Amino acid sequence: MLNIVWPIFIIISFSYAIFFGNLNSLNAEIFSSLENAIKLSINLLGTICLWNGIMQIASKTTVIDKLTSFLRPIIRYLFPDLKKKPKIQKEISMNMIANILGLGNAATPLGLKAMKSMQEENEDKDVLSDSMAMFIVINTASIQIIPTTVIAIRNSLGSANPTSIVFPVWIATICAAICGIIAVKILIKVTKKRGK
Amino acid sequence: MQFLNFVSNLAMPLIILIIVIYGLKEKRKVFDDFLDGAKEGIGIVLSIFPTLIGLFVAIGALRSSGILDIIIRILNPILSMINFPTELMPLAMLRPISGSSSIAIATDIMTNYGTDTELGMMASVIMGSTETTLYTIAVYTSCVKIKKTRFILLAALTADIVGIITSVVVCRFLS
Repeated sequence: MLNIVWPIFIIISFSYAIFFGNLNSLNAEIFSSLENAIKLSINLLGTICLWNGIMQIASKTTVIDKLTSFLRPIIRYLFPDLKKKPKIQKEISMNMIANILGLGNAATPLGLKAMKSMQEENEDKDVLSDSMAMFIVINTASIQIIPTTVIAIRNSLGSANPTSIVFPVWIATICAAICGIIAVKILIKVTKKRGK
Repeated sequence: MQFLNFVSNLAMPLIILIIVIYGLKEKRKVFDDFLDGAKEGIGIVLSIFPTLIGLFVAIGALRSSGILDIIIRILNPILSMINFPTELMPLAMLRPISGSSSIAIATDIMTNYGTDTELGMMASVIMGSTETTLYTIAVYTSCVKIKKTRFILLAALTADIVGIITSVVVCRFLS
């Protein structure tokens, strides 16, 4: 994707600057962007190392297993097709917990495992099943307790209170997830009717 | 308002505390585990560093050349109808497509308008509450060789749009 977006950005902005004479500010901006990228990376290095370390402790304990039981009723509602598949339910809830805790590295392999198990149950291997669609939309909604990357960005720019966005993020992310889930439920019904 | 701030500030320390205590309870060598994880963190940052450099330059150029102002001016009449801040439009458009370019854009917005201003807060909340949707869909569907993805893009983008609009509304309400 960036192989298309990046050159477009470069071409339109550099040629615009050359033809309409903003070259001074463009030149200054190139060097200050580099500086900003380095500043942000150093800050990200601190925050991400700290958080990854903490989450490594969590992933070595049974805390993910324990938390999955909280999700059981939600999973049952979201994935009616998987009622009799406790193994897949478990994989899905482990992926969700890992996402919520911000364990991005652990969440993706767990999620891929869940996708493979759902594909085994899928009748038409070329077409996304209802459960898979629901699962992917939940993953794209990014329900996360601590938005670490944003906190690092805010910190690197000298925010007076980098963590002040945590609660607003919860509200926005929950609204997004609920609407995503409703959209999937509606679209499943609509596409089914058309199939008949 | 003060309570919300308290909840926001409490979340991270509380989670760290619980995890460390939980690790001790299960008799783990918590600091060794911590070091393993932190080491992995270095790799993550190093792997995105070149991308950040490339994108920061591209997005800085987009703004400093003046072309972004023109794009914003064109979009302005449409966006002002729904009362959406035009300055956030580039972020809203790139967020589902590319994680690192949205980091670069959000940083750019916060550098120019301040991190704790309404616009800075909105950019932060959008970043925190949405995901690189297209990438996630691609990874999950390609691993099981799905060819027909049905309505998934529509549903996921609906969630993104709701997330972005809620971010803007919540920040307006809080400030």
